[in-house]
Amino acid sequence: MLSLWRAIRRLGRAAEPAPAPPVPAGPAVAAELAGSVQVRHVDAGSCNGCELEIGAAFGPVYDAERYGARLVASPRHADALVVTGAVTRNMVEPLRRTYEAVGEPKVVVAVGDCARNCGVFAEAYGVVGAVADVVPVDLEVVGCPPRPETIVAALRLCTGR
Amino acid sequence: MSALGVAGGVLQAVVIVGGAPLLLGLMRQVRARLEGRAGPGVGQPWRDLRKLVRKQSISPRGTTEVFRVAPVLLVAMTLVVAVVAPLVTTASAVPPVADLFVVVALLAHATVVIALAGLDSGTAFGGMGASREVTVLALVEPTALVAIFALSVPTGSTSLPTIVGTALDDPQRLISPASLLAAVALAAVIVAETGRLPVDNPSTHLELTMIHEAMVLEYAGPDLALVELGSAMRLSVYLGLFTSLFVPWGIATTATPLALALGVVALVVKVGVVGAGLAALEVFLAKLRLFRVPELLAGSFLLALLAVTTAYVLG
Repeated sequence: MLSLWRAIRRLGRAAEPAPAPPVPAGPAVAAELAGSVQVRHVDAGSCNGCELEIGAAFGPVYDAERYGARLVASPRHADALVVTGAVTRNMVEPLRRTYEAVGEPKVVVAVGDCARNCGVFAEAYGVVGAVADVVPVDLEVVGCPPRPETIVAALRLCTGR
Repeated sequence: MSALGVAGGVLQAVVIVGGAPLLLGLMRQVRARLEGRAGPGVGQPWRDLRKLVRKQSISPRGTTEVFRVAPVLLVAMTLVVAVVAPLVTTASAVPPVADLFVVVALLAHATVVIALAGLDSGTAFGGMGASREVTVLALVEPTALVAIFALSVPTGSTSLPTIVGTALDDPQRLISPASLLAAVALAAVIVAETGRLPVDNPSTHLELTMIHEAMVLEYAGPDLALVELGSAMRLSVYLGLFTSLFVPWGIATTATPLALALGVVALVVKVGVVGAGLAALEVFLAKLRLFRVPELLAGSFLLALLAVTTAYVLG
């Protein structure tokens, strides 16, 4: 316990200074959500590269929580669906049902090149298509995998903070 | 029903409802800072509630009225306790309800209602969460009753305002062995009942490790707002009761505006300090394995039992 306390004292604040708030050009629902976005992450067939970066975005350094975004365990609690990976056959129905379980108003963020256009997995036998082929997508995050800063920037467009 | 009691009841309801989300925000902020994060700010739970109220209300297929009335009952029962318990003043708005057994039963009832709603949702995690919550509840309620009963022994009354009033008149009683043992037992009860570490992790995303969160996974929109507000109020009420019983100084004994203002400030400061301390302590704790939780709770029951024994033996 003492060593943990010493580590806390030594590290201090790990969060990087917050970049300037986004110009209000996000999706229209950002105004309704007013600074609070609960995020449900759906892995539709990702290689887990994007998951690592999402984990980093909510970690101490990038700290997406300070802008009002929070990961939750249930789509019923969520306002935003963060979908990663090309949609595989087995995940089409779960993704659609998760989308239906989220109450209005809702946002869908496609994170990573696979979610946007299937990336290197395009036309693979197990892949149905990009996320936009299954559910309507409001925001896209470019990168393979995307940098945590860009994921945080997309989430800030949703929270408006 | 005295003027002091009514004024206290109104103030307590306002302070608990308005302050409970802020307490939750404060605890999350303390935790964030200790983890090296910047944190979303103390007002974030209120922002979450404001957004949830505006969201679409969903009642999942197959759920019944139990699922729909549970959030209202949770908030209502906690609000009754917030009104009658001696938090701001030593008098109660409804003295017969401010009894130790009634207050503990009301708080337990709120848990049972949410557990029933968890069962009603018919999902695997709802039932699992309900079974876990009721297991914890069955082990915690005797401890809560016995621990507060130990404090009532020297007073000769189970009325909470009387217990707090006597403690104010005779502060030496607060550092008696019975009182200290009861304080430790009650602290374990509060940690278990409000779903904090090491019994339950309030910020987990893993359904399999959840206790409280697993029961409310199906709630959405305004219903979820009520459930979250109710949970936050439970935490504030428990911490408020704890500070009133063991650190009663500052509580209003007369109905003058100055005394009432001091009572409110004292309650906010005491609960804030205890809450921040609890949040800081949580950083150093890992969640207990579920099968180890009964051992912790049995230990706290033993302390409560010892408290009652010493209260009788040492007077």
